[in-house]
Amino acid sequence: MDTYIQVLTNGLMLGALYACIAVGFSLVWGVLNIINMMHGSLIILGGYLTYFAWLHLKINPLFMLLIVPPLLFLLGYLLQFVMINRVVARPVLTTLTLTFGLDMILYNLMNVVFEATPRRITMDIGSVSFMDVVLPGDRLLAMVLALALTGILYGVMRTSRTGRAIVAVRMDRDAAALMGIRINRVYAVTFAISAMMAGACGVLMAVTFPVTTNITGLLLGKAFVVCVLGGLGSVPGALIGGLALGLIESLSGNWWGPQNAVLTGSVLMIVLLMTRPTGLLGKAGYE
Amino acid sequence: MNSLRSGLMWFVPLTVLLALTPFISNNYIVQQATFVCMYATLALSWNFMGGYTGYPSFSTSAFIGLGAYAGAILQNGGVPMVLAWVIATGVTGLFAACLGYAILRMKGHYFAIGSISIVEILRLIAASWSSFTGGGEGLNLPIFRGGPEYAGMVFLYAFLVLMLVAVLATVLVDRSRLGFGLRCIEQNEDAADMVGVNVNASKIAAFVLSAIFCGTAGAMSASWVSYISPPDAFSIVMTLKVPVMAMLGGAGTMFGPVFGALVFVVIEQSVLSRFLDYNQAILGLIIVFLIFFLPGGLLRSTLFKQFKQRILTKDPQESKP
Repeated sequence: MDTYIQVLTNGLMLGALYACIAVGFSLVWGVLNIINMMHGSLIILGGYLTYFAWLHLKINPLFMLLIVPPLLFLLGYLLQFVMINRVVARPVLTTLTLTFGLDMILYNLMNVVFEATPRRITMDIGSVSFMDVVLPGDRLLAMVLALALTGILYGVMRTSRTGRAIVAVRMDRDAAALMGIRINRVYAVTFAISAMMAGACGVLMAVTFPVTTNITGLLLGKAFVVCVLGGLGSVPGALIGGLALGLIESLSGNWWGPQNAVLTGSVLMIVLLMTRPTGLLGKAGYE
Repeated sequence: MNSLRSGLMWFVPLTVLLALTPFISNNYIVQQATFVCMYATLALSWNFMGGYTGYPSFSTSAFIGLGAYAGAILQNGGVPMVLAWVIATGVTGLFAACLGYAILRMKGHYFAIGSISIVEILRLIAASWSSFTGGGEGLNLPIFRGGPEYAGMVFLYAFLVLMLVAVLATVLVDRSRLGFGLRCIEQNEDAADMVGVNVNASKIAAFVLSAIFCGTAGAMSASWVSYISPPDAFSIVMTLKVPVMAMLGGAGTMFGPVFGALVFVVIEQSVLSRFLDYNQAILGLIIVFLIFFLPGGLLRSTLFKQFKQRILTKDPQESKP
């Protein structure tokens, strides 16, 4: 029984991080109707920036939460404004190939500049024990921060002017344009927010998992699965999907061995896509 | 038919040139010619699904890898090489038919993701099922006897024949009911269904066509290289490269993929081989250039059309208004 509580806790800690990984990806997919293949690489870029700032400049990784996300926000805004906006209305094949190509460039440059050796920040904040359940401090911290970031995004979407504009574009692009919303700018901001969340995630990843370019595809895969599980373009959906995936992986890892956890997630996604070809929750307005 | 005739005008000389490489040049050129044939075959296969039908299919590597593993396991089991290729083709086709039945109900992004994850799933299976596939260590194949020059020639002609079969299939499909149906689906799937195109059967047929040549090419290249491993056989870069080649030439045209593959091999050899650390970045730059400056591919670009006009009209003065 105790094992199960530990497994479930691990699943939830992982799941919160997955939710944070997927929320920006889901936003871009839902609002822009674009699959951002760069998402995994953007997360790792955030992770590397954090790691090297910690290694060379001795900056506390958590402080980087204030520096990395704005940088990636800028990068995301530029990418969208200069490149992706030009093809945003073109067929899926074109947009997907473009982000795939941009991902190749970013991935390659990171490999050359940072090298793919797995690196990790050790924070040494001990662990918390609670009724025979061990919670490593760094993971617990990452989980809390991931949930907090997701919550902040949700709040921004609900209350701010920009957030409501994004939601409006998500619901009906043409009507939003007629109401005086500048679509291109909203697209750029949406992409920028997504990149910013990826950067924040990268910071959290850097303190909990080794940072390496080898896992960009893996992270992207997680974002896909979470979107399929939880539905597109909604913060609560990404949260539910993320936690669900975390639990599924940690339970199936417990039953069939951890090496099959990724396979289970992918097979699950394919089966879901086959039975519900447009996603589990279908399309709904972004809230 | 005009596009067929103008396509053949450069395709036939190209084929003759490729076939003559063993007699007029060195082993390196023969190897590159083999790559042209292989990539052209792959791009032509992708074209059935991605070009004619307009589905964002990224499962090319899944079929290549499946064919490679099927061929390798059969050959290691004592099956003669050519027979192993044929069986591998059949296995891949069968797999694609079953898979197509399941995933072709998805559309747009979901189909794209589904098709990429097939590559990932097969790679994970190949990497973890050690007793059958050799796991992460990969599989060695019997080395082709007769020395490098003879082997190079044999594989060049094998791939050349495969490319010709793929071109023939493309021409036949392009001019048949199936090709018409696929183009209808590309424009509007629901409308195609309404006017009586058997949408499901056509899509599955296109998917199987897009798989079988990849399967054969995978099995052939496994015999050629004599070694396969999960990341090479189920390569994510390859699954992107092939659509890029087809789009470079012109997706949905009969000979565009061949032209794209030719241009791609030239770029690969002249640029990529000098910047080994930047291979993927250069592929990315090619994609960015392609999407912003050559959206219809080389064969649809104005420059090429002017060139064609010049060649087809006997007196260039006549065509001027």
